[in-house]
Amino acid sequence: MARASSRAGIATAPLLAPAVLLLLLWMIVPLAMTLWFSFQRYNLLNPAVRGFAGFNNYRFLLRDPTLVPILVTTVVLVLAVLALTIGLGTVFAALFAREFRGRNIARLLMVTPFFVMPTVSALVWKNLFMHPVNGFFAAISRGLGLPVIDWFGAIPLLSVILIVAWEWLPFAFLIFLTALQSLDEEQIEAARLDGAGPIAIFFFIQLPHLGRAISVVVMMETIFLLGIFAEIYVTTAGGPGIATTNLPFLIYQRALLAFNVGGASAAGVIAIVLANVMAALLVRTIARRLDV
Amino acid sequence: MKARLATLLAWVIALLNVFPLVWMALASFKTEVDAIHTPPLLFFHPTLENYQAIFALQDYTGYALNSVAISLGATLITVLIAIPAAFAMAFYPGPRTRDILLWMLSTKMLPAVGVLVPIYLLCRDAGLLDTRTALIIVYVLSNLPIAVWMLFTFFRETPRDIIEASRIDGASVGETILLVLLPLVLPGIASTALLLIILCWNEAFWSLNLTAHNAAPLTAFIASFSAPQGLFWARLSAASLLAIAPILVFGWLSQRQLVRGLTFGAVK
Repeated sequence: MARASSRAGIATAPLLAPAVLLLLLWMIVPLAMTLWFSFQRYNLLNPAVRGFAGFNNYRFLLRDPTLVPILVTTVVLVLAVLALTIGLGTVFAALFAREFRGRNIARLLMVTPFFVMPTVSALVWKNLFMHPVNGFFAAISRGLGLPVIDWFGAIPLLSVILIVAWEWLPFAFLIFLTALQSLDEEQIEAARLDGAGPIAIFFFIQLPHLGRAISVVVMMETIFLLGIFAEIYVTTAGGPGIATTNLPFLIYQRALLAFNVGGASAAGVIAIVLANVMAALLVRTIARRLDV
Repeated sequence: MKARLATLLAWVIALLNVFPLVWMALASFKTEVDAIHTPPLLFFHPTLENYQAIFALQDYTGYALNSVAISLGATLITVLIAIPAAFAMAFYPGPRTRDILLWMLSTKMLPAVGVLVPIYLLCRDAGLLDTRTALIIVYVLSNLPIAVWMLFTFFRETPRDIIEASRIDGASVGETILLVLLPLVLPGIASTALLLIILCWNEAFWSLNLTAHNAAPLTAFIASFSAPQGLFWARLSAASLLAIAPILVFGWLSQRQLVRGLTFGAVK
């Protein structure tokens, strides 16, 4: 850094130092503590009993019969929301890519759910819409003579997935729309003159152009979706049983409900490893675009 | 004809997309009995009793003040730390600038839940549980990479000659940032600050886990409505509308810059 600054003519180190040092602390200290605790026998309810536990925390975690279903739930939640937001997001973005009356306002409406805090989204959907007796969907079902769905009773994970997908659709939509607007207008015009319909244009021109945007959305969303917590906290509390318990919720239960520091930390290490695989891919994608 | 159909379809999708929020807003002006009425009521006698109840019975103001103080405090500190770093990297890039930027980005990828235990214990030992300070510290640290990146992309669009010229004229680094750069990049800083405020306002992992009552922001207040014994839909709707209204305005103002901030320049 010192060499860089002398070449540039000003001392950049003092300008960079606060941000760099803070982030260095933020990265190293909690990470080191999580790793350390994961090898400790440490329960806050019984703080006298402490000591090195070796791999016991990991062994208990891996032997726990609920771990695999919880990991599956974690991954299903991510994949289902990705599929919904990218599937609908690309189609909606294509629909909004051309000029039409009131497009700015319609786009604003499309983006709005992204700015709603997760606890509001989850509780409004759970009560006002998905409630099996008084909810809006139940009323529609009755009106159409269809059986009423007990959303959080019968299909709890799908219910959570739908809520989270509604929250994240605007993000995918907005990124795809931004990417589509950099598409050469003449290319679409030429295809149209050659007789291509909107569906052909979508699949053969717009979708291929979105490749990079889709990969960014997949990686960004995956990192956030691996951490979904509040929506589960206020709707199902992980239940019924463990039907909607994902890795973050498991760690929360171990740490702040059972006060098992060691066990929660071992699960935390697993969460970090999972997220880092995605993070490495994302950083590489962004690095390719970054010219400094 | 086809175009008109596509326009209609786009509008229908947009309206359906916000319908949950519209329905919530309507419910906030219903009585509790009307709110759970089946079939759902589109026409009803509007009432303000839910809003009165929230202010009178539930200390809404306290939660709202926490949200405001935490969001503004964290955003201000984040921007103040990020501006010099972004300035240095945008105008005086060195051989390691690229690595520093990518490394900062990678710290954002650390999952919050992976460090829940140490952060909780550190806050407990420092006496910071259930304080605004704890949330402000955590939000500054977790949003710093986004702020540096976003400001960096804005600063790079500023002609470098202007900075050089001001330096040659004898201005110090501080003067250059304050008097030359800031007026030019004020819109960029404003968008960055707006995005940070939105992120802080809506954050619901740390706010649920690190606060109890004293420092609880609106995200935690709304979560208190999940208790099964106290399901007041109309009141929940009114509290929700109050909690999201200010931030929706910020969101609408900053939506064009959102892509830049959240994709780290990978999509333009």
